[in-house]
Amino acid sequence: MDYAWNWAIFPAPSADGTGSYLSLLLSGLGWTLATAALSWGLALPLGMLLGILRTLPQRGPRLACDAYAELFRNIPLIVQMFLWYVVLPELLPEPAGTWLKRLPNAAFATAVLSLGRYTAARVSEQVRAGIESLPRGQRQAGIALGLSPAQVHASVLLPNALRIVLPALASEFLNNTKNTSVAMTIGLMELTARARSMQEYSFQVFEAFAAATLLYLAVNAVDVRAMALAERRLALPGLSRPRGDGHAF
Amino acid sequence: MSRPLSGDRPAIERDAVSKSYGSFAVLKGCTTQVARGEVVVVCGPSGSGKSTLIKTVNALEPVQSGTIRVNGLQVAPRRLRARTGMVFQHFELFPHLSVLGNLCLAQQKVLGRSAAGAERTARALLERVGLAAQAEKHPAQLSGGQQQRVAIARALAMNPEVMLFDEPTSALDPEMVGELLDVMAELARDGMTMMVVTHEMGFARKVADRVIFMDQGEIVEDAPCAAFFETPRSERARALLSRILHH
Ligand SMILES: Nc1ncnc2c1ncn2[C@@H]1O[C@H](COP(=O)(O)OP(=O)(O)OP(=O)(O)O)[C@@H](O)[C@H]1O
Ligand SMILES: [Mg+2]
Repeated sequence: MDYAWNWAIFPAPSADGTGSYLSLLLSGLGWTLATAALSWGLALPLGMLLGILRTLPQRGPRLACDAYAELFRNIPLIVQMFLWYVVLPELLPEPAGTWLKRLPNAAFATAVLSLGRYTAARVSEQVRAGIESLPRGQRQAGIALGLSPAQVHASVLLPNALRIVLPALASEFLNNTKNTSVAMTIGLMELTARARSMQEYSFQVFEAFAAATLLYLAVNAVDVRAMALAERRLALPGLSRPRGDGHAF
Repeated sequence: MSRPLSGDRPAIERDAVSKSYGSFAVLKGCTTQVARGEVVVVCGPSGSGKSTLIKTVNALEPVQSGTIRVNGLQVAPRRLRARTGMVFQHFELFPHLSVLGNLCLAQQKVLGRSAAGAERTARALLERVGLAAQAEKHPAQLSGGQQQRVAIARALAMNPEVMLFDEPTSALDPEMVGELLDVMAELARDGMTMMVVTHEMGFARKVADRVIFMDQGEIVEDAPCAAFFETPRSERARALLSRILHH
């Protein structure tokens, strides 16, 4: 293979004249982090709320939330982003559609909202399954003590379900970060998009994607540490089996 | 063993209580009473409806017909439950709370007691069931017998007028059954009204005032303790007794 490696490419000024290739990639990383953080900030509370509603006896809210989860979980994320970004403005009446298209940072906002909704649907699925996996007796014990169903949910079922689903949530957190790269398809200049433009300007495809890979790994290494810390802090005496951390004695 | 019968209404009155799941009748017109301070043991073959019978007393299981009164009142389920303590076969302690937290949760949320007041009550009850030293531990750090005693203390913390037990010893190692039955016998001595589903016939003999024998959703026998053991009327009760007592 006659590929000319050039690791010195990073400090070189990029062809678009905005700075070095390194700063090009780092600005991509910035958008990736912002998209990941905001969409997770939307997905976690929304997903928990939906997950809880899906376990309540009331039929109406339960069915509505089930429908939400099935819809947003089962349509590919890339299709959802296209629908909101490209199709929706065309479907709206003329002035509204144009206004939407001209919004500053429309790609970023669309990416955050689409990814947030998508991850929320997945989080709600985990939370629902966690609550439903608890033994039926726990609910009965709370009710038998005179607690209301809402109190049983808040004080008994949720704290236990969340501990059960924490590892699954950690993996949704990682997925959410990785899925930000889909936003490239609607023009958000996040890390993967920046690696691509670096490749197009400089033809150093391997260096560009090696750097992107390392940056993704670094971000998710931080994510993994954060979730491990959360798991450790929430571990219950007598039940704790922290992963990857060996035995205490 | 006889207890002074007070002149007022029984603690539990059930009149023609029926319940079914779909077309399957779990309880078929069960009528019985439990006097204040009385201890009633419920036994019978598996699937005969014993758990369902006591879970209808505190409205954990709704019924299709019949009436259930506790202390003469047909009260709303939540008020009723705060006044009836229930102990389950599998303890059902809340694993995320310490022993103390398990005892305080409903005291604060249902009875509106202060944190300090709830803790005082909790510590006194833990003393009573011999677990004062375990107050700060979590359920998973206790043995089955200790967990079940915590569960009893948790129910007692609500000042119940009636205590319901659903096979409280059947998930315990044999060597822990005795200590739990001792706690229950002491509770009975202190005058608590109790309905106990159990196969511990030794306990029934020593502590119970009456025995209810169920079969296929019906109360087949409802007799004073001595009469039940000496002259059981039904075929199935005789079969059960001979199986349990001659082993
Ligand atoms: N949720 C339910 N749906 C349908 N049938 C049920 C349900 N709960 C209980 N049953 C049935 O009702 C009958 C009585 O159940 P119950 O639990 O009261 O019996 P039990 O006497 O306590 O039995 P065991 O000794 O095994 O605990 C059983 O035949 C059982 O299969
Ligand atoms: Mg049962």
